[in-house]
Amino acid sequence: MPEALRRNDKSTEEVALGIRRRVFEHAMRNNGGYLSQACSAAEQLAWLYNEELTLGAPTLPMIPKPFGGVPSADNPDYHTGAGYNGPAAPEFDRLFIAPAHYALVAYATLIEVGRMAPEGLEMFNKDGSSVEMIGAEHSPGMEVHNGTLGIGFSTAAGLAWGRKRRGEPGRTWVYMSDGEVQEGQTWEAIAAAAHHRIDNLYAIMDVNRQQCDGAMGSVMEVGDIGAKIEQFGGVAVWVDGHNLDQMREAVKTPHRGKPLIILANSSPFRGMPTLQLRFPRLHYVRFKSEHERAQMNRDIAKSLGVPQVDYGQTEGK
Amino acid sequence: MVEMVSRPYERAFEKHALANPDVLCLSADLTSSCEIDKFRDNHPDQFLSLGMAEQNMMSFAGGLGLAGFRPFIHTFGVFLYRRPYDQLMASVAYPRRKVRLMGFLPGITTPGGMTHQAIEDISVMRSIPNMTVLETGDATEVESICEAADSIDGPVYCRVLRGSVPRLFDTPIEVGKMRELALGEDVLIVTSGITTEEALRARAALEGAGVSVRHLHLNTIKPFDAAAMLDHIASVRHGVVTLENHVTEGGIGSLLAEIMADHGVGKRLVRLGLKDTYAHGGSRSYLMKHYGLDATALVAGVERLMGADFGIAEADLTATRIEAVHSTVKAEGL
Ligand SMILES: Cc1ncc(C[n+]2csc(CCOP(=O)(O)OP(=O)(O)O)c2C)c(N)n1
Repeated sequence: MPEALRRNDKSTEEVALGIRRRVFEHAMRNNGGYLSQACSAAEQLAWLYNEELTLGAPTLPMIPKPFGGVPSADNPDYHTGAGYNGPAAPEFDRLFIAPAHYALVAYATLIEVGRMAPEGLEMFNKDGSSVEMIGAEHSPGMEVHNGTLGIGFSTAAGLAWGRKRRGEPGRTWVYMSDGEVQEGQTWEAIAAAAHHRIDNLYAIMDVNRQQCDGAMGSVMEVGDIGAKIEQFGGVAVWVDGHNLDQMREAVKTPHRGKPLIILANSSPFRGMPTLQLRFPRLHYVRFKSEHERAQMNRDIAKSLGVPQVDYGQTEGK
Repeated sequence: MVEMVSRPYERAFEKHALANPDVLCLSADLTSSCEIDKFRDNHPDQFLSLGMAEQNMMSFAGGLGLAGFRPFIHTFGVFLYRRPYDQLMASVAYPRRKVRLMGFLPGITTPGGMTHQAIEDISVMRSIPNMTVLETGDATEVESICEAADSIDGPVYCRVLRGSVPRLFDTPIEVGKMRELALGEDVLIVTSGITTEEALRARAALEGAGVSVRHLHLNTIKPFDAAAMLDHIASVRHGVVTLENHVTEGGIGSLLAEIMADHGVGKRLVRLGLKDTYAHGGSRSYLMKHYGLDATALVAGVERLMGADFGIAEADLTATRIEAVHSTVKAEGL
């Protein structure tokens, strides 16, 4: 058996707070970032990485290597960023981050659970870096490209079917966003997974009811996602996306012959209530003025219970 | 100093749509990224939100066309053809619906990496029967793109620039008419979109080195009338260099190659652009340098064509504009 997995010393609550703190610090220094995704997703990703997933030790350096080129016959050393989740051994789980713009939050998670060095986040969106803004398959923790939303669950279904056929005990997990249910492919994937009885396939979907343009109900209503998943042949379980015990219970739901999709009702302001001032435009929060930036710095630091960020504020401000 | 125009599409679209009640504004959850958020708020009756569901949006637009409307579809260029290609063919291109495909963030102008970079869109669109292909290269062209596109009797794909856009020209797009920016006699440089600005940067240095440059800017890529181009090719001694924000297969480099081969022109052609590779995420200036789409690459291309070394250094090129990945004129996120 490959090197046994190293559990984190931190509690899952601490990991979740750490995710929010790192994304907050990053957004302050860079005058914006994917803050609302950290708010809604922190407990879900913390729970996956700190408790639920069975992963081996990372196989790639703690400080990410620079961009090493794209797949091509002339690039024999090409590899994905999946090594941050450990080796692709039969007994281990695999995870795809389907909404690739959650990358910042996913990288923060890798750091919190000791799979990437904090320096990794400083490389975020820097020219020549592999730590890309929209997680690429060569980015830490990523194994496939998902920047085009709605393709993650299909790929995972195929991988899960293949692993089942080969008798691998490891599960295949997908982290999904609710925006993805507007894409028809998501429904084709669920139907295919049900038809082929792919039950080693698991997803947790961040149902924060937000998308780029604002609240999903104002952009294109998707109705009862849980009922629809069941109709398409999956098993859906609703949980409070910030309640770890509910996630721990939900994953035990029997789903023989069907994929299990945990629907995590979440708040895009959780831990940073001041973000409500930005509703309905939460997708990417860029501070509109130095005043707003300073105010967010004070308010978010206070609500998270962490120090304010020194982002090189001008004297006296 | 070149004048920078903030969000030219926003105003141009509103003006055009208000003057043309059969124009509809369609969006797929990238409304502010495509600078139509104010339009949505101010003119809700002319706006349809179709969610992040591009395949449906494409066929839906075909249906609107059947009902006599002229939908302008707004999203990133990639999402207009990669996912909804079949819908584009069957619902829009074949029946020649007057659907206006407004593709934002062409080529490597997005930091979003492979999934967001439309690097083969021109190749795809050029090969679709009935399709017209336009590309904007400055603020004036963005300001006139709606009218130009809407004058087409059939579907049209446009590469649209957004955010802070330089003004290079003072006359609007005339569909089918290329811009003659220099009429020298040594080499012919053909550019479109953002590479025209790069060629302008390189030209002074090339001319300083004694190269007489002929420079053409294309805003209409299809249909293309070869006659005028053949005259230009005939007017230069050495041959042609193309520079495009696109792979070198199927774009304007290929267009030139086809024209030259079709007419038996025995001159050399150097095609610059992405060389059979995907790009990755990064700033526009970094990507242009890394993948050889900038003024420096163009100078090297001219040297290759002429078999010369002009000793032109980076510093000899007209200063480049540095854009922050998230400048304030840009829409949120991507
Ligand atoms: C196929 C496709 N269409 C459009 C986009 C642009 N885009 C990026 S994220 C997003 C929607 C965001 O909604 P959601 O996935 O629920 O994420 P959240 O708003 O919660 O961050 C869109 C439309 C995309 N990445 N892929």
